[in-house]
Amino acid sequence: MAELKKNEAAVDATPNVMPVETVDASTTQEAVAAIEAPVERGEPILQVRNLVKHFPLTQGILFKKQIGAVKAVDGISFDLYQGETLGIVGESGCGKSTVAKLLMTLETATAGEVFFKGQDITKLSGRALKAVRRNIQMVFQDPYTSLNPRMTVGDIIGEPFDIHPEVAPKGDRRRKVQELLDVVGLNPEYINRYPHQFSGGQRQRIGIARGLALQPEIIICDEPVSALDVSVQAQVINLMEKLQDEFNLSYLFIAHDLSIVRHISDRVGVMYLGKMAEIGTDTQIYDHPTHPYTQALLSAVPVPDPEAREGRERIILTGDVPSPANPPSGCRFRTRCWKAQDKCAEEVPLLAVPERFKSSDTPAAHESACHFAEEKDVVHAA
Amino acid sequence: MTATPGTPDASPVLLDVRDLHVEFRTRDGAARAVNGVTYSVAEGETLAVLGESGSGKSVTAQAVMGILDVPPGRITGGEIRFQGRDLLTLKEDERRKVRGREMAMIFQDALSSLNPVLSVGEQLGEMFVVHRGMSRKDARNKAVELMDRVRIPAARERVGQYPHQFSGGMRQRIMIAMALALEPALIIADEPTTALDVTVQAQVMDLLADLRRELAMGLILITHDLGVVADVADKIAVMYAGRIVESAPVHDIYKAPAHPYTKGLLESIPRLDQKGQELYAIKGLPPNLLRIPPGCAFHPRCPLARDVCRTDEPPLYDVPDGRGSACHFWQETLHG
Repeated sequence: MAELKKNEAAVDATPNVMPVETVDASTTQEAVAAIEAPVERGEPILQVRNLVKHFPLTQGILFKKQIGAVKAVDGISFDLYQGETLGIVGESGCGKSTVAKLLMTLETATAGEVFFKGQDITKLSGRALKAVRRNIQMVFQDPYTSLNPRMTVGDIIGEPFDIHPEVAPKGDRRRKVQELLDVVGLNPEYINRYPHQFSGGQRQRIGIARGLALQPEIIICDEPVSALDVSVQAQVINLMEKLQDEFNLSYLFIAHDLSIVRHISDRVGVMYLGKMAEIGTDTQIYDHPTHPYTQALLSAVPVPDPEAREGRERIILTGDVPSPANPPSGCRFRTRCWKAQDKCAEEVPLLAVPERFKSSDTPAAHESACHFAEEKDVVHAA
Repeated sequence: MTATPGTPDASPVLLDVRDLHVEFRTRDGAARAVNGVTYSVAEGETLAVLGESGSGKSVTAQAVMGILDVPPGRITGGEIRFQGRDLLTLKEDERRKVRGREMAMIFQDALSSLNPVLSVGEQLGEMFVVHRGMSRKDARNKAVELMDRVRIPAARERVGQYPHQFSGGMRQRIMIAMALALEPALIIADEPTTALDVTVQAQVMDLLADLRRELAMGLILITHDLGVVADVADKIAVMYAGRIVESAPVHDIYKAPAHPYTKGLLESIPRLDQKGQELYAIKGLPPNLLRIPPGCAFHPRCPLARDVCRTDEPPLYDVPDGRGSACHFWQETLHG
């Protein structure tokens, strides 16, 4: 782990990263991964390093001057492997959707790097950027506003082909679109219908078909099922899992519903106020959380089983999430944390395997950004 | 209907809705939003009404509150008895006295339910000025008291602030304070925590449960979240296509659902405490209210459906221990 941090520091120091260093970083990462999970994961397809996005706050009309910044994302790092699902959870305002936009290069990062197969996409432009974008697609939250009501389903799903004609030659597009409709479980004959003729779940399937059109390797899903009814949610989740197996897709699955994230994710990262609080496999995070915020978040989830509920410990946090324009010093969670001490206000806790768990191979030995990391099961009844 | 679930004999019935029917006139015909809903709430009791969008759970509540949009909406049958009186026979000005004073409602979206150009103190105080004829100064003190009661910190300093200066959780507390203002006997909360984050949701649900206990109010909690219900409700009514398909005390329904729809819902949510296999998905879509299927409305999606389900609408059968299920094959569902 120490070795990895050294590497990250090296990456930090040189903005124009040379490929050698990238490879270096990824091999270290792999070594760490091998310790954490026995499953062979191969090369990371996406590496995010110290990603930062600050939105400036300005004052004045003619002469704008910057008076501060909303620190939406403030230095986060993670890897995404081929064929896996990395879940990102956190409450509103924690920066999870900004991360999605940064990875899509819809926003320009203030600092940090995003390596797609070793290439830093934050530095790309023009043709090279366009090529990378083909490989990273997105499925949006609200299937009611993310589909143009004046376009037919065929035009919506086929539109990516206008931008990347190399994927489907002109004469072949209609057939391709019908294939895609079939893949997501819609009747191919619906190609000439408009979005309003479909239900919410069906619209989300259209959104997914559009995401698949360019045969991307990564799909970023920003709250893909939170607008859907419970009985339809399961259908869409099952579809997404089926597609992942079929096309070997990597998902970055952003959501606030912790049960759904556990179901679909191989690994889970917990964000709080622009920082990663804890990251690990689903078992590590849900059954052996060590960060107090993760514990509070998990304990607050209402579980549809009154009996299991009674045996669980509940942690009710006080207060609200502080403003990302003026985050607390040191650990950002300290203002709501029951463990907070002087050290938490002074020192920013680093995201690393806590010292006390380092030598053991318990599931608690995963990265957690807390000075007083301690294992606590809040999900299972005592 | 004897299958009204587990009402404790001790507390008198506060609200009794019987065979309520509501329609909405549309260009394509009548949308039958509520088709014979029957439920009751006793003093100090919490009834959770669970259902997906379009199941009629909110429309029923609006009919009870008397805030249904008429037209296009129309109550086509049934009774709403509140403290012994049938509300549907009251004149509008009498109905108005019941609203706010005797029963109050908490809405999902606090930001759009509050007036952005009035301070929260003015909005809370207005209740006392209008209904109790208090002076503005007394009303303001009452507003501070209410804000204290819903645990808004520094209430005296914040009473003059505007809705946008409060966070989502705090705004929902103000909505709750407003509903509590005149100490109504019944509160209807329509998805009160759906717009909130999970840690804030826990705070707000906790507050609601405490207040209900302190004030011995009846509470109708309308939600689509099976988890939220499990925490606070005494009994549950599950709605589908404008009908109650299952009703039961809260513990029983999770342990052994007696209707295939409830069973399907419970099986389709992933678990927090273990990683499951593929999720069970109820096939198909909720019905169009303009064309509700004949027989049991759930039959096109039901794994147990047989011929009788396509022709005969199941009544709410009595199930042992004060439960009810509108399924011809409830025994099979319950035990199989």
